[in-house]
Amino acid sequence: MSQVRIPPVLRETVGGERNLDAAGNTVGEVLADLFLRYPALRERVTVDGVLSPFVNVYVNGRDVRYGEGLETAVGPADQVILLPAMAGGGLD
Amino acid sequence: MPDPGTFLEVSVADALRLAGERQIIDVRELVEWNEGHIPAATLVPLADIPATFEAVVPDKGTPLLVHCAVGARSRRASQYLAQIGYTDVVNLQGRIAEWRALGGPWEVPAQLLTDAERARYSRQLLIPEIGQEGQRRLLDARVLLIGAGGLGSPAALYLAAAGIGVLGIVDDDVVDESNLQRQVLHTADRVGMAKTESAEMTLNALNPDVAVIRHPVRLDERNVAELVSAYDVIVDGTDNFETRYLLNDASVAHRKPVVHGSIYRWDGQVTTFVPYEGPCYRCLYPTQPPDELAPACAVAGVLGVLPGIIGLLQANEVIKLVLGVGETLAGRMLLFDAMTTSFDEIRLWRDPACPACGDEVAEARPMVAAAS
Repeated sequence: MSQVRIPPVLRETVGGERNLDAAGNTVGEVLADLFLRYPALRERVTVDGVLSPFVNVYVNGRDVRYGEGLETAVGPADQVILLPAMAGGGLD
Repeated sequence: MPDPGTFLEVSVADALRLAGERQIIDVRELVEWNEGHIPAATLVPLADIPATFEAVVPDKGTPLLVHCAVGARSRRASQYLAQIGYTDVVNLQGRIAEWRALGGPWEVPAQLLTDAERARYSRQLLIPEIGQEGQRRLLDARVLLIGAGGLGSPAALYLAAAGIGVLGIVDDDVVDESNLQRQVLHTADRVGMAKTESAEMTLNALNPDVAVIRHPVRLDERNVAELVSAYDVIVDGTDNFETRYLLNDASVAHRKPVVHGSIYRWDGQVTTFVPYEGPCYRCLYPTQPPDELAPACAVAGVLGVLPGIIGLLQANEVIKLVLGVGETLAGRMLLFDAMTTSFDEIRLWRDPACPACGDEVAEARPMVAAAS
């Protein structure tokens, strides 16, 4: 069980939660567990079954693209952060 | 040699004879030092002695000549140094003005600031990492703010206050009543006025010495290169992906650091992109996301203090980049959650295959920009 931080633009897909507990030993398994419970999240962060290029996944602050991708190990005390590109600047 | 735990006192005339054989310690304050000092002296202000002196002079047998302005602070310093085990401490008893009158070596550092500047910035001149030289750098710096909105407002106010010499502001919008909840550059009586004009009024009221350059345009592919190349550091406070990618690619090409901030309701993020030293925006997200991932404040809403916090973190990054001190957020992104008042930090890597700053494009890119 690890903790996944849900970014603000995706919170509506998980009932407004900021942090979710998810089961799994890899990033792929953790995401699969979340997708099972929150299908709307899957639609927002995957394209044709793979992670969208606009969403980065960090395990303990490290981008899994520079680790082992979805195979990156996730331990019980690890923090997973989903981070889509964000652009707001408060202009209008 | 004095008895253990004690020190000797000498007149100015004797001190002049001894000076060449001893390490001279000036225990005055930095501001006094900046007015003039003995060229061979080492500055250790009295208050700093307990914490730093043993690192400055590790050998306790070193022959020392301690002085201040009139001999009082240096006596206290000498007493203290003898007590902590320095065995050969000599205090200059007398006025340093007499030293100068008797022809003792003296130098006045080049005055980098005017009297007015020294007065205005006195509180930051006292900071060791700034001082006159750092302030001169700030005064000579040119910073471009993309947007005079939620992020640009607090950043511009504090950068102007700190004495950034030239502040360019790119914004083609006019002040709207709904802006005032967070865009603190603007005021109720300026609704309808161009934001660049309103910004200039506020910034010059705060600091008339800052040259505000108004760019009442929207950043686009025709003007981006010219704008970016004319400044040293860019503060990105835009609200859409198109502008952010446009700015990223131009700043990488011209090797200009970009301090990036973005906000959404209760959440903010800030990082600094230093071309080729750290990642750029495209290393994070190689292609431009669809616009629905960037709902405007007008749609999503935003807490007013959030851009205040993130915009000031951006200003802090600018100051460090200009001074060349500290650690910037290059290679790190700070995530701020105003709802829980907590920060998270993630590591960012430069992508060698990045379409903007990757090795292949870097090699192919003409090096003209690097010289600027």
